[in-house]
Amino acid sequence: MTSEANGYTADYDEEEQIDLQAELDAGFADIELKYAVDTQQGFENVIVVDNTPIVDDSKKDLLLKRLREKFVNSGAPIEEDRIQMPWDDEAKTNKGFLFLTYPTAQEAENALRALDGLAFGKKNTLYANRFGDIERYANLPVGEGELPTGWRDKPYVEKEHLRSWLADPAGRDQYLTFRDQEVNILWNGRNGSAEPLRDTDGKVVKNSKWGELYLQWSPLGTYLASLHRVGVALWSGPKLDGPVGVHMLRFTHPGVRLVQFSPCENYLVTWAEEPLENYEDHANPALRETFSADDEGSQYVVWDVKTCRVLRTFAAEKPVQKGDEPPRLQWPAFKWSPDDKYVARCLVNQAIQVYELPSMGLLDKKTIKIEGVQDFEWCPMSEKDWEARKAGKGRECMFVYWQPEAANQPARVSVMGIPSRNVLRSKNLFNVTDCKFYWQNQGDYLCVKVDRHARKAKSKKATFCNLELFRVREKDFPIEVIEHKDYVPQFAWEPQGNRFAIVSSNDPNYGQQIPGVVVKYNIDFYQLDTKKGDFACIRHLDGKMANTLIWSPKGRHIVLATIGSSTKYDIEFWDLDLTTDDNPSRREAEPGANVTLLGTGEHYGITDIAWDPSGRYLATSASAWRQSPEPGFKIFDFKGTELVANQLDRFKQFLWRSRPPTLLSKDTQRKVRKELKEYSRQFDEDDAAEENRGSAEKLAQRQRDIAEWDAWRSRNVSKLADARKSRGKEIHKAVEHVEEEEKVEEWIEELIDETEEVVV
Amino acid sequence: MKPIILQGHERSLTQIVFNAEGDLLFSASKDVGVNVWFTSNGERLGTFNGHNGTVWTVAVDSQSRYLVTGSADNTMRLWDVQTGKCLKVWEFLTAVKRVAWSEDDSMILSITEQRQGQQSMLRIYSINREDPTNQSNTPINEINISTYGPKATVALFAPLSDVIITGHESGKIAKYDVKTGEEIQRTNESHFGEITDIQLSPDGTYFITSSKDKTAKLFDVETLDEMKGYVTETPLNSACIAPLRPYVILGGGQEAMNVTTTGQRAGKFEARFWHKLFEEEVGRVRGHFGPINTLAVHPQGKAYASGAEDGFVRVHWFDESYFRSRPFGDLEPEVEV
Repeated sequence: MTSEANGYTADYDEEEQIDLQAELDAGFADIELKYAVDTQQGFENVIVVDNTPIVDDSKKDLLLKRLREKFVNSGAPIEEDRIQMPWDDEAKTNKGFLFLTYPTAQEAENALRALDGLAFGKKNTLYANRFGDIERYANLPVGEGELPTGWRDKPYVEKEHLRSWLADPAGRDQYLTFRDQEVNILWNGRNGSAEPLRDTDGKVVKNSKWGELYLQWSPLGTYLASLHRVGVALWSGPKLDGPVGVHMLRFTHPGVRLVQFSPCENYLVTWAEEPLENYEDHANPALRETFSADDEGSQYVVWDVKTCRVLRTFAAEKPVQKGDEPPRLQWPAFKWSPDDKYVARCLVNQAIQVYELPSMGLLDKKTIKIEGVQDFEWCPMSEKDWEARKAGKGRECMFVYWQPEAANQPARVSVMGIPSRNVLRSKNLFNVTDCKFYWQNQGDYLCVKVDRHARKAKSKKATFCNLELFRVREKDFPIEVIEHKDYVPQFAWEPQGNRFAIVSSNDPNYGQQIPGVVVKYNIDFYQLDTKKGDFACIRHLDGKMANTLIWSPKGRHIVLATIGSSTKYDIEFWDLDLTTDDNPSRREAEPGANVTLLGTGEHYGITDIAWDPSGRYLATSASAWRQSPEPGFKIFDFKGTELVANQLDRFKQFLWRSRPPTLLSKDTQRKVRKELKEYSRQFDEDDAAEENRGSAEKLAQRQRDIAEWDAWRSRNVSKLADARKSRGKEIHKAVEHVEEEEKVEEWIEELIDETEEVVV
Repeated sequence: MKPIILQGHERSLTQIVFNAEGDLLFSASKDVGVNVWFTSNGERLGTFNGHNGTVWTVAVDSQSRYLVTGSADNTMRLWDVQTGKCLKVWEFLTAVKRVAWSEDDSMILSITEQRQGQQSMLRIYSINREDPTNQSNTPINEINISTYGPKATVALFAPLSDVIITGHESGKIAKYDVKTGEEIQRTNESHFGEITDIQLSPDGTYFITSSKDKTAKLFDVETLDEMKGYVTETPLNSACIAPLRPYVILGGGQEAMNVTTTGQRAGKFEARFWHKLFEEEVGRVRGHFGPINTLAVHPQGKAYASGAEDGFVRVHWFDESYFRSRPFGDLEPEVEV
């Protein structure tokens, strides 16, 4: 400011002038603020529609006409004179956007919802915005290339290898044990030797926070999910710890009780019993930022794992009551397609809702209405399907669902393709009580276990069972029916195979829950006859106690276990293809000839059972959560040899770390199998060396223990002896003289017979 | 190892002890009787009748001449082992929970219960061995344990009989001077539950404690340093140190009040053998169908006996294989006789 302009202030000295000026400026600012024109006011009824086709003069009227028609059809009619289309005079075309001025703000608001994202023609999608918003976002108080205020700059942290555990030179698997509050992660070595997991610095991987509620591995083993009262945390990397947002991901969901990963680990579903509250004014910023007011009342939250953001929340459906049973929570409530592209849930009796990812929008914006639908299950994908998918071919995703009988309509099982919604195959069924779906893990076969009741039976209690076997790889999905006259409580496909096993029972005590009565089960193995193309029973086992079937993840081996009984805890290890070296040809002889019992085990109080991902070891655990009388865990090898037996007070959980599918091609795998003898020699040597080292360490430790003890004792004993001597109090111990052993003779008089004779 | 089962009590056992030669076993139980048995064949030699309540504790001197017992009828009695005659009755205001002899047989100790406004008391009496019916009513020392903290549950004389080692309800272990009656040493952190038993090693340089916190531990008599620990999955009621072999024997089981709710196996009523040095379990002996309340080992290490809530005493003479077995190879520490 020049001195002339400030002439009237010339009387003041410089400092005072500056003060005065500041005062004046402040005054002006106040006034400006007071009378500022708010550009956002008064335009509530105007919306801007963007991304219209760009046309020249000749088609201008046609475009306007079409647009108006579209608006009318979409439920946002507008008069022609309320549409303004800005014109680019230089290019002689329109500028690609429109202003729509509705009579009221309410109408504009409706139009906004109707028009945003609307497809116009084949190419264009219209975007609608409030006029005021455009002004606001264009004038954000940030310049070009600057970051908005409130932006928190996070330093880039390089992720460590998320699958480093697979690089273990010995190819061992990891397991997790959870006892009391303590969680340990161990390497399962040969013959039951366990070694704690260490990070790259040699520190044992451990975290006191893990033991709050319970733990879960992700389906490919990348993440360890720990549940806490405030939410879920995912841990990854070689340390299973690290910076938040890199190796430690937080998902805030208060009161979370259940968590489910999508098959490819991209998404997460969490469930809490308490519905979400309105967290807008909550003191915790994490809650404020995670959930919006719209999420209030939701119980399910679908998350994106990589960004830790909420994709969508859902309120719970009312659980459907079946008979007199108390309503039960359906979990998983959301079922994922094997490729993580869709997630679906069943609205019992009404519809199946399929959501697309990552938008979490309804597929084609419509639910799939299916009268009476009860349950559904996605078809898994095999290695080949994945390859075909990559090449842009292969079959689409499918799920199977069933509808019960209703008003002269038979019950029906159908397979539907997604996203096409074509029903690929369906079959009518009669006298159905319940259906259960079992897909073979490669998606080759589907078994629908149909629990049926007698036709005229009053109660709809299932008494027998049909197995409807769909051969999904063949044209039109041929179906074979196996009628079973007994009730079949368990069914299991051999992974990667064409065999299955069932447990059936004709015991009259089945389902009666009589304490102390052991129900007998029969177990049958079926195999696909590749020549005839149908399934035939290859082995029948009678009168077993086992009620649980667990196939090895690699197939061939199966374990039959008795779980949930109060008197029997048997575990049987079966091999379906046992061939000895002297008769390798027996394998071809006849199916079922090689089904052999390898061994048996027992685990008192067993509650859970699981194969390790490689199919080499089987772990059984007894969890304190299920009131097992003897909590702890055991590890068996596939032959049934008990390697580890740990009885631990307050033991809660045993979890194998899962593995992603192998990266080796089929050919390489075949080659490995062929050269197995070569490899195994090498491995045997390694094992021997390992064993020696381990026992040497232990031996040294024990020798140290003994030396310490002996030294300590001789010191103390001599001290005591000296003290005694000094007091003249030497004691004479009652040392037994080494005389001949005292013999205690016992006379036993036995009265053999007694007769009384009267002597005259 | 076939056990000899002693059936002579109608209620659960409270304490059993071998005499110094190991040919006799004294047993006290919740019924009013005290029995003495031949250990070789399980024959009952006699009973000591006179108590009117649960007999909590029994102790025999090293010459097997005198027996002392403590009972819930608020009395402690001295008996002639040979004749079964009661020689002396001391009366208290509360139950006697523990008695023990000094190693020279000249003194006994008694612990009385803290109840009805009475404090937990440790009393030491001198025993007149020449004229056994003429015993003094007044103790040579009286220690009020309650002034030092939680009540005492078990006690024994350390070698030389200068100090008494006590185990307490809170898991505390302490030493009291016999002459001055002062607490001279204590350790609070070793156990976290009631100490249920305390027994001296054969050579007297260390002792074992068992606790409701499911652990048993070895301590140095001199320093009260914790030497070894044995962690089990069940509350322990008793523990003893086996001579001849490097083992300790632990016994316990689920609380008596819960026994009927689960199976016999779930109760964990086995006697457990642990390696004394390596702290690893080497074996278990089954048989009782109630928790083991008391264990005793033959002074020459040839047998052990267990008394349980089920009312039976089982005497096990070790097989030849017990002495030969080497569960950890050639590693054998020195053992005491």
